[in-house]
Amino acid sequence: MSYSVEIKKLDLAFGAVKVLQELDLNIHEGEFLVLLGSSGCGKSTLLNCIAGLLEVTDGQIHIKGQNVTWAEPSERGIGMVFQSYALYPQMTVRGNLSFGLKNAKLPKAEIEERVARAAGILQIEALLDRKPGALSGGQRQRVAIGRALVRDVDVFLFDEPLSNLDAKLRVDLRVELKRLHNQLQNTMIYVTHDQVEAMTLADRIAVMKGGAIMQLGSPDEIYNRPRNLYVADFIGSPSMNFLEGQFADGSFRIDDMAMPMTGYEYVEGQPSNRAAVIGIRPEHVVTGELVGNAPLQYTVDVDLVEPMGSDTLIYAKLGQHGFRIRMDGQAIVKAGEALAIGIDPARASLFDKASENRI
Amino acid sequence: MADLNANAGVVPQGPKPKKRLSRGNIFLYGTLIVVSLYYLLPLYVMMVTSLKGMPEIRMGNVFGPPLEITYQPWVKAWSEACTGINCDGLSRGFWNSVWILVPSLVLSISIASVNGYALANWKFKGSETFFTVLIIGAFIPYQTMLYPLVIMLRESGDGITWLVSWMNPILEALGMEPFGRIRLMGSLSGLVIVHSIFGMPILTLLFRNYFASVPEELFKAARVDGAGFWTIYFKIMLPMALPIFVVAIILQVTGIWNDFLFGVIYTKPNIYPMTVQLNNIVNSVQGVKEYNVNMAATLLTGLVPLVIYFASGKLFVRGIAAGAVKG
Ligand SMILES: Nc1ncnc2c1ncn2[C@@H]1O[C@H](COP(=O)(O)OP(=O)(O)O)[C@@H](O)[C@H]1O
Ligand SMILES: [Mg+2]
Repeated sequence: MSYSVEIKKLDLAFGAVKVLQELDLNIHEGEFLVLLGSSGCGKSTLLNCIAGLLEVTDGQIHIKGQNVTWAEPSERGIGMVFQSYALYPQMTVRGNLSFGLKNAKLPKAEIEERVARAAGILQIEALLDRKPGALSGGQRQRVAIGRALVRDVDVFLFDEPLSNLDAKLRVDLRVELKRLHNQLQNTMIYVTHDQVEAMTLADRIAVMKGGAIMQLGSPDEIYNRPRNLYVADFIGSPSMNFLEGQFADGSFRIDDMAMPMTGYEYVEGQPSNRAAVIGIRPEHVVTGELVGNAPLQYTVDVDLVEPMGSDTLIYAKLGQHGFRIRMDGQAIVKAGEALAIGIDPARASLFDKASENRI
Repeated sequence: MADLNANAGVVPQGPKPKKRLSRGNIFLYGTLIVVSLYYLLPLYVMMVTSLKGMPEIRMGNVFGPPLEITYQPWVKAWSEACTGINCDGLSRGFWNSVWILVPSLVLSISIASVNGYALANWKFKGSETFFTVLIIGAFIPYQTMLYPLVIMLRESGDGITWLVSWMNPILEALGMEPFGRIRLMGSLSGLVIVHSIFGMPILTLLFRNYFASVPEELFKAARVDGAGFWTIYFKIMLPMALPIFVVAIILQVTGIWNDFLFGVIYTKPNIYPMTVQLNNIVNSVQGVKEYNVNMAATLLTGLVPLVIYFASGKLFVRGIAAGAVKG
């Protein structure tokens, strides 16, 4: 398996502040990799290092097998798309698209051909002679993508490209981006703090925190088998329910309840007894006639009901503990009622309380 | 009820419009008018006096318009008035000033804009310290540097003479004129250097702040597009920097044109700038005081900055505002 981008023990510090530490990351050829994390965790910093816009403190970056740690951004075979579009305001769209090609001293005919092709792919032919000021946000971002597209790069870098767009446009462009990736089959590294974007676009997601990668895996893995408490809590909305208790002899015990973890896939076989945290996604709790089939069945007291149209969010108490449940939008539940619920331990996540890692 | 709803859109909203002649406005406009009169009156007096003949001026009536308009004082001020040994009026000083102004302007602004761009976008080790030192330079009273600069100009003139002296035998062999002694002190080029140096801190500050306000991502995008230091400067930054260039030009034109002290110190009589010559005309002790000629000469000298202000007023305000908001 050849790697498109390899990051080896990357360190980056701004003065005394270490932003990235010993970061390793290998990205496959043609992969859509999303760097996901809350604001300030170092996603943009990592992307800028890959682009060559920041000098790394230590470590190496390889692109297509070449060590590019000290190469100029333009020599790395990367194109970059920024959150603020960063179009050159005094140039037309055509000027924006051809700027990089002119710097590379390509022949005029080839420049025109490439601009035309990129404009065709992105459907911005009609805008070529306009200035960026006369474009909408979505059109601007399309031009910004075009600027990377014309240069025929190996790796596309996106730094929150959709964050400045309004919600509807964001969804449209997200779909377009996915289509573009299917069409081009380039490696794409995409930074976002939006988990929906991450889940929908990514082949693999790298969840970052404090300059380190917490988990690297497919959206399915990240969602269903989060490797630690941070990832479990970060992914999913509404977020996972966490209950603290004891793990003993294949059961999770909390207060006087025992939840036998039948069907749960342990990371390394059944672990020894210890303090543990169980995580249960609100949408994995079943209600109504499905409860009868569930391995574990409880009754909760409903505190508050939030109807959200497509589904209904229920804040309840499982024993003494707050517990969120996501139900169908049609569900009719009232605050103060008792509600029967079913839980499947195979879909839950168990974490060691001390190390916060999945067990 | 239906009617009411239909009209709902045109019900007046927001605070009542203020009356035009409120007490506050009367006070405001009154003050403005008084202040502008205070500034315009001397200008008016200068204007009318410069158009009067001497006999009319002797009659008194400073504020009266000229009974008989004469342009003779203007002609005399421009081309006939005597300053020391020369009697060719202000025209000589005007051209001296132009020859001082234009190179100083080009030199100082082009260097300072590149400085500012480099300090804002191409941070190097110690660039912040460098910038701080430069800013401190802007606040050192320049009187303290007058004499050191005299020495520096003299010495570096000799230094350049020595540096180019090796070419003299070659030039002589080729039948060309060899370099003589090169002087920076007491020459126009010396004064150009002085003006450029003194403009540097404030102009660099101006440009640095402006370029620092340009979104960083634009700079990054250009780097990814393979643009280097000069390509980014000329293709990306310069086209965006017109307003701040106008501000810099106005600052420099007025500063250099109105300069008197450096002109007196670093040049000599036949290349004095216009301000120094104006002083020599107005303060000349021989003969009668020709008020009309003096007024005309003063107005002529003030014309250049005035023209610059009027020509670029709007751009100037825009540039200042841009610097203030984003800087
Ligand atoms: N030029 C800089 N100088 C100092 N600290 C910086 C600089 N750029 C970013 N940082 C710090 O590095 C951390 C990571 O920033 P960034 O990579 O932009 O985060 P993200 O893109 O994930 O929101 C932040 O804590 C930020 O304050
Ligand atoms: Mg960021």
